[in-house]
Amino acid sequence: MGHKLKDKKILIKIFNGMYILETKNLIKSFGGVHAIDHLSINFQKGKITGLVGPNGSGKTTLINVLSGFFPHDSGTVFFSETKRKKIQPKDNQVYNITRTFQQIRLFDKMSVFDNILVILTERDPFLALFERHNEYHLNRAIEILKKIDLYEKRNENAGSISYGQRKLLEIGRVLAMNTNIILFDEPFAGLFPEIIKKIEDIIKELREEGKTIILIEHNMSIIRTLCDHLIVLDAGKLLAEGNPEKVLSEKIVLEAYLGE
Amino acid sequence: MDYIFHIGIIFAIFGILALAQNLVMGMTGLLTIAGAAFYGIGAYVTGILAINFGWNIIPLLIIAPIVAGLIALLVGMVFARFRDDYFMLGTLGFLMIFHTVVRNWESLTGGAYGIAGIPKPHIFGFTFGTPASFVWLTFFCLAIVVTICYFISRSSFGRVLNAIREDEDALKIFGYSTSKYKLIAFVLGGAMSAVSGVLIASYITFIDPNLFSINESILLWAIIILGGISRNRGALLGAFLLITIPEALRFVGFPDEFAALLRQCIYGLLLVVLVLYRPKGIWGIYKL
Repeated sequence: MGHKLKDKKILIKIFNGMYILETKNLIKSFGGVHAIDHLSINFQKGKITGLVGPNGSGKTTLINVLSGFFPHDSGTVFFSETKRKKIQPKDNQVYNITRTFQQIRLFDKMSVFDNILVILTERDPFLALFERHNEYHLNRAIEILKKIDLYEKRNENAGSISYGQRKLLEIGRVLAMNTNIILFDEPFAGLFPEIIKKIEDIIKELREEGKTIILIEHNMSIIRTLCDHLIVLDAGKLLAEGNPEKVLSEKIVLEAYLGE
Repeated sequence: MDYIFHIGIIFAIFGILALAQNLVMGMTGLLTIAGAAFYGIGAYVTGILAINFGWNIIPLLIIAPIVAGLIALLVGMVFARFRDDYFMLGTLGFLMIFHTVVRNWESLTGGAYGIAGIPKPHIFGFTFGTPASFVWLTFFCLAIVVTICYFISRSSFGRVLNAIREDEDALKIFGYSTSKYKLIAFVLGGAMSAVSGVLIASYITFIDPNLFSINESILLWAIIILGGISRNRGALLGAFLLITIPEALRFVGFPDEFAALLRQCIYGLLLVVLVLYRPKGIWGIYKL
C-alpha cells in the first residue's frame, strides 16, 4: 500500500472495519531473547481490550512497539488496515495513537498547564514559532485540567505534585492528544481507590466516545469491570484471549499467570 | 568614562553570545562547544567583507548571521540526531575544523596573523569610533536579541524546546519530530552568535583565531551555568558577573599578563565550584 501520509490520515478517519489494530507474526528481541514471539493478535475498534500476563510476558514491549518507542524486528502491524512498515513515533498523531507510560514520564520542570498545552501545540516547528494559543486551545486545556481535578494545580511544576496527581496528568495528556487508539500501561498502579475510580470513569467515557483502548493491568477486579475483551500473553506469545471472565477461569491461564 | 563604556560593550557582546547559546544549551538541552565557532564566523565574515569589499555594519549584521545560520544548518543536519555526549563531541569537532580553516586559509583569513584594520562602523555619515558611541550600537543589538529570545521562550516553540530538554523520547510519542526543533534552535543560536562576532570585529578592528577558541566556549558555559541554565535573564546576569568581576582584578595590582591567566583560572574554578555547590546557578531551573 503506497499511500502518502496525508491520504492515510483520511483512510484512518473513515475506517469502519472491525479491527483497528492488528499484528501478524510480530517479533521483537533483546539480545537474542524474544520479548515478542511471532505474535498475531488484533484489537477491536471501540472496545477496551485488557492485556495481561506475568512479568516479562511482553505486554509493555508490545505497547512500546505499537507506539513506535522501539522498532520491531519483523512481522507486520496494521493500523486501520493500513500496513505500517516502519512505526515512527512522529507519525503517531496521523495514525491516531497515543499512550501512557508504566513509569510516569512527565515534563517535571514545566507547569501542569504547560504539560497539557505542549500536547495541543502545532507539531510543525515553524508554525509553533508563531503560534499564539487561541481561545480554543486554552479552553481545551482548562477543560481537561478540570476533568482530571488538576485545575487548582495548573501553575505548579509537574514534578512537585503528588504521585496520584502525576498519574492523572498523564491521563490528561492522553485526553489532549484526542486519538482513536489509546494504550494505557498500568494506569492504576499504586493509586488510592478514589483516583482509581476517577480513571475508570474517564476510560469508560473514552469507550463511549468510540475510542479503542488497550489496557495493561494486573488488578483483575479492574480488568473484569472495564474490559470487553482480554488477551493473555506469556513469554511473548499469545496464551489465551476472549471474554475476560471466561479467559480468567481457563486452566492454562491460571497456571501461567496466577501460578495455580 | 571610556573604560565604563568599554565594559558595557564587552558585556553586551557576551550577553548576546550567552543568550544565543542559552537557546541551544539551556532551553533545548544540547551540550554545544560550537558557540565560539559561530562567534568567529560572524567576526571573519565581517573582517573579510569590510576590508575587501567595504561592507558597512548594517549589511554585515544581516549577512553574517545568514552565513552562520547556513553553516549551522549544514552542521546541525548531521548533529541534530545526536544527543548529550555525542552531540558535544560533534560540536567540538566542528570547532576544531573552524580553527583549522581559519589558521590555514591564509589568503582569505590571514591565517595565524588574522585580519587587521577592520574599519569602524558608520551609519548615515556618523562613525561609531569611540566607546561612548559604540556602546549604543551594541546595546541596540542586545535589545533586539533579547526581544527575539524572549519571544522564543514564551512561544509554543519555546515550550517544545523545554519539553525536549526534559524528556525527548516521551515528547516524540506525542507526534513531535524533535530533530527539526533541535535543528532550528541550533541554527537560531548560531545566527545570533554571529551578531556578537560582527560587533567584536567592528569594535577592536582586529581578529585572529585565538579570539574564538575553546576558551570562549568554556566561558560561555560558565556564563550560562552561573546565571542559571535556561533563563534568559540568567544568561545576562552571568555575562554581567563574568565580564565585570575579572575587570576588578585590574585594580588589585596584578600585572596585565598575570591578570589574563588568572581570568582563565577564575572561569575554570568557577565552573568546578558551581557544579559542586550550585549546579542550577543563580536563577536557574535546571542542572547541567
